[in-house]
Amino acid sequence: MTLKALFAATATAAVMFSLPAGAAQLTVGFSQIGSESGWRAAETSVSKQEAAKRQVNLKIADAQQKQENQIKAIRSFIAQGVDAIFLAPVVASGWEAVLKEAKEAKIPVVLLDRDIDPSGKDLYLTAVTSDSVHEGEVAGEWLAKTVGDKSCSIVELQGTVGASVATNRKKGFDDVVAKHPNLKVVRSQTGDFTRAKGKEVMESFIKAEGGGKSICAVYAHNDDMMVGAIQAMKEAGLKPGKDILTVSIDAVPDIFKAMAAGEANATVELTPNMAGPALDAIIASKDKGTVPPKWIQTESKLYTAADDPQKIYDSKKGLGY
Amino acid sequence: MQKGPDPAPLLDVRGLAKSFGALRALQDVDFTLRAGEIHALLGENGAGKSTLIKVVTGVFARDAGIVRLDGAEIAPRSAKAALDCGIATVYQEVNLLPNLSVAQNLFLGRQPTRLGVVRQAEMRRRATALLQEFGLHIDVAAPLGNYSVAVQHVTAIARAVDLSARVLILDEPTASLDRHEVEILFRVMRQLALRGIGIVFVSHFLDQVYEISDRITVLRNGRLIGERETASLPRIELIRMMLGRELAETTGERVAAPAHGAGEACVSFEGYGKAGTIAPFDLTLHHGEVVGLAGLLGSGRTETARLVFGAERADSGEVKVEGRAARLHSPRDAVAYGFGYCPEERKTDGIIADLTVRENIVLALQARRGLHRPLSRGEQDEIAKRFIELLDIRPPDPERPIGLLSGGNQQKVLLARWLATSPRLLVLDEPTRGIDVGAHAEIIRLIREFCDKGLALLVISSELDEIVTYSDRVVVLRDRVHVEQLQGDAIDVTNILAAIAADGAARGAAS
Amino acid sequence: MMARLPRHGLAQILALVMILAVDRMVSPQFFDLRMQDGRLFGSVIDVLNRGAPVVLLSLGMVLVIATRGIDLSVGAVMAIAGAIAASLADSHSLPLVLAAALGTGLICGLWNGFLVAVLGIQPIIATLILMVAGRGIAQLITEGRIVTFTSPDLGWFGAGAILGFPAPVVIAAGMLGLTVAVVRGSALGLLIEATGGNARASELAGVGTRLMILAVYAWCGLCAALAGIISAADIMGADANNAGLWLELDAILAVVIGGTSLFGGRFSLLLAVVGALIIQAMNTGILLSGYPPELNLLVKAVVVLAVLLLQSPRLAGLAGLAARLRGARLRLKGAKA
Repeated sequence: MTLKALFAATATAAVMFSLPAGAAQLTVGFSQIGSESGWRAAETSVSKQEAAKRQVNLKIADAQQKQENQIKAIRSFIAQGVDAIFLAPVVASGWEAVLKEAKEAKIPVVLLDRDIDPSGKDLYLTAVTSDSVHEGEVAGEWLAKTVGDKSCSIVELQGTVGASVATNRKKGFDDVVAKHPNLKVVRSQTGDFTRAKGKEVMESFIKAEGGGKSICAVYAHNDDMMVGAIQAMKEAGLKPGKDILTVSIDAVPDIFKAMAAGEANATVELTPNMAGPALDAIIASKDKGTVPPKWIQTESKLYTAADDPQKIYDSKKGLGY
Repeated sequence: MQKGPDPAPLLDVRGLAKSFGALRALQDVDFTLRAGEIHALLGENGAGKSTLIKVVTGVFARDAGIVRLDGAEIAPRSAKAALDCGIATVYQEVNLLPNLSVAQNLFLGRQPTRLGVVRQAEMRRRATALLQEFGLHIDVAAPLGNYSVAVQHVTAIARAVDLSARVLILDEPTASLDRHEVEILFRVMRQLALRGIGIVFVSHFLDQVYEISDRITVLRNGRLIGERETASLPRIELIRMMLGRELAETTGERVAAPAHGAGEACVSFEGYGKAGTIAPFDLTLHHGEVVGLAGLLGSGRTETARLVFGAERADSGEVKVEGRAARLHSPRDAVAYGFGYCPEERKTDGIIADLTVRENIVLALQARRGLHRPLSRGEQDEIAKRFIELLDIRPPDPERPIGLLSGGNQQKVLLARWLATSPRLLVLDEPTRGIDVGAHAEIIRLIREFCDKGLALLVISSELDEIVTYSDRVVVLRDRVHVEQLQGDAIDVTNILAAIAADGAARGAAS
Repeated sequence: MMARLPRHGLAQILALVMILAVDRMVSPQFFDLRMQDGRLFGSVIDVLNRGAPVVLLSLGMVLVIATRGIDLSVGAVMAIAGAIAASLADSHSLPLVLAAALGTGLICGLWNGFLVAVLGIQPIIATLILMVAGRGIAQLITEGRIVTFTSPDLGWFGAGAILGFPAPVVIAAGMLGLTVAVVRGSALGLLIEATGGNARASELAGVGTRLMILAVYAWCGLCAALAGIISAADIMGADANNAGLWLELDAILAVVIGGTSLFGGRFSLLLAVVGALIIQAMNTGILLSGYPPELNLLVKAVVVLAVLLLQSPRLAGLAGLAARLRGARLRLKGAKA
């Protein structure tokens, strides 16, 4: 990690020195939540790449999942007089005071990945997030298209009960299922977004559904649960990807590995590249005064076995997932 | 005592019965308490005193019998309900809140208020007045915990009496009080009796019973043995009632045979001591010898015992076991050398309440043998059975948790624990404290027996009569120094007292 | 404390049977068994297989609790051991991988034991340190990602089988046998119960109480490491964020359901295992039931409460309950008066 960070910093410095003197060099402070998941680590490394691509000096502060650390980091960015601040908020509320300070210092703030309470709407420039309802829809539509008119019993591995991502991904998927009478979610249980729980819950689904023979597809709210579920299917003597279709969300490297082995069918990407669109918005507003929309939705791209999963796996696995 | 002829009973208990499973704790027990009398309730541990109190105060439901208060039948279902009827109980461990002030404790739950606000000044004034009635002139705003146990007892009694109690039950109130504090308590008791309150007094101290009580009721094995006027009951007759067998009145006559002192040296300490705990001392214990340690509380008796057993680590001196240099850094070392120690605080330092009598007996032997040489269940059963018989432990059930046994029987189990290790030296700290008369005499007999078999004994006791009875040698301690050794005919109460009290002026200056 | 629970554990076994019966009701095929790739396959096997980590944890936890201690760090130790095993699995031989993971668990346990026995820190605080720091250590080892491996040797600990029984079940059963043999076959059991019942008195009886405490925490760490290896092998990867998360609470619950008092003293290894199986039988039943997941925690709370009430000596009969209600009413009246 540290070595990688050092390397990235050196790269950034090299870019800086290669620039002609006097060129407008943007400095952006990024208050990152921490590294609670592989996706988060990937987001951090992709942000560095995107900043380097645009010759922006990106300063990243790791908050270790604490709001107070994020507030401290933002104050420090304001004091340093950065050109813009990126914030991946750990919680939705309690940002008014510090965002007002940024506004008074005329430093634009861009939210990455997560939104905050509506009361803070006029305190930031724009929010770059994915639409998790839409992710569920993309997954559902792929399944509807793949099974066609055949009737299909689906089992669903939900994320953590009460997490907004889980609620939204369920809603998007359910919306599509409702439009197709041949699709039916027969079992739905939480796997807490983890591999171990995903596997355990899938084991029980297989037993409850007559050894899994009546299951046509599995929908998992994230790839990790699906990786666990794939193991459960294999141990039960089933062939995931063939006997049972799989579709999940996130597009972490390990699901491409499964896809390459023919054990998974589809995944919807939650892109770790939130910083790219954010940087573009900042540069446009600095250079041309363009006011970006309040919400920049990232692409929820669908990947299937047709997309050369092995190549994607190789390109993704170095990102820190 | 000043009483009218045959006054009507205040509290009248008839035919009370209570069983716990197969155990009949009370059978057909009668008990009468007159207004204005102090009535001692006596009996050995397990005689049924506590059960009687708890049934009368509604803590336990009774199986049969009638309780009348002032002629009206009552059946309280909790201590609170009993208190509402006018029966208050003060236990040995005062159940008040030590971190609240004396005044708050007195008026807890019934504070004088105005518009819902506690009137602190009014409460303090009334508390002060209430305690003055009992001859206590103290700052009622200070936390109760700052005061002595005697003051806490009087506070508990004052609270009970102020809640218009007419029957006051005092369960072992004097067990942790010194002589002066006992005086305070007795003065209050006499005062309350004069006001017409009936007092039930439970105690092990027969001297106190004779000093304070008007009448005595004796229970044995859950049955009523008799009710007598204290003034006309000889002490030997009282003990006979309690024990149900003839017992020579303890006179303090020496039974130790002088032949004992001459055994071989078993353990010897030279210049052994620990700074701030006990001054360096020389002490040699011979096989078959009983050495008594006498002195006031805090004179260094228990400290000596703990040093001897390795529970405290000495910082000076040497110890030899059977003539060879030894190292006593922990109780484990001491156990390995064949020492044993029955500590003063039986409940916290001695017994393991949850474990059975058998497990408590084999514990030290097992610890000495080590992990990898477990005693088989058969061996454990055999050892437990042998010692239960030898020491007459009751009930003779090796699988009963020791916490359910009476104090005397717990002490016997602890003795058994060490005897099972075939020790060469046994240290007994207050072996007869809190134990009823019967077990007391038996434990003294056992002490004599063991040392006849070659065991060296170091015994601490506050009861000088007792020390004189069994010691071959007495070491007197004062201010954490071993000041004198008495031997042979020199051992008597007068000499010990003289040694303890010697040079009182210097003692005062030193402390 | 005094009126200790019956040691034969009728209440616990009854509770397990009742929960299995309910499982059979919500899922008619619950007791069906068949062979699948040389491994028994069925919901009952799932209960044993999924319960194995908590069974292992409870084997260590019950001894710690018997000494009047508690070990909150077992979940974090699982994560560390799993992370080490997964990181080394593809580059080193199996004996070395196991030695590293188990050795680390042992060191973690000794660390806890050192804090409690030697420095005299309260067990709940002492082990809280490793509970928090341990997961961080595991995340450092995995760099915050899920470290996967392909080694079939380590994989056997999750997916392997002996005589048709899944490897985790066999390992857990073996550890139960080993622990019973070590604890009850030597004097350890008695000395642990004595230490937990009254440490001061035990010390004065010559028991090496510090050694006992050190030993039980070390054993607990070792059991946790084994559970961590199994969990990692199960998903062919180490998930430092989630491995063993909150399992310390399940282990403590299993021990309590097994009738061992949190105040130390008497303990039963076998009933702690029954306690762990009760928890897993309930979890599996919930998954099979098809109820919405929002009800999971509620159902669990109700079942656990019922199981604890079932074995409570004070609630042996409704008579006791009635008497207490009466008492409460009287107290209320008293308070009003």
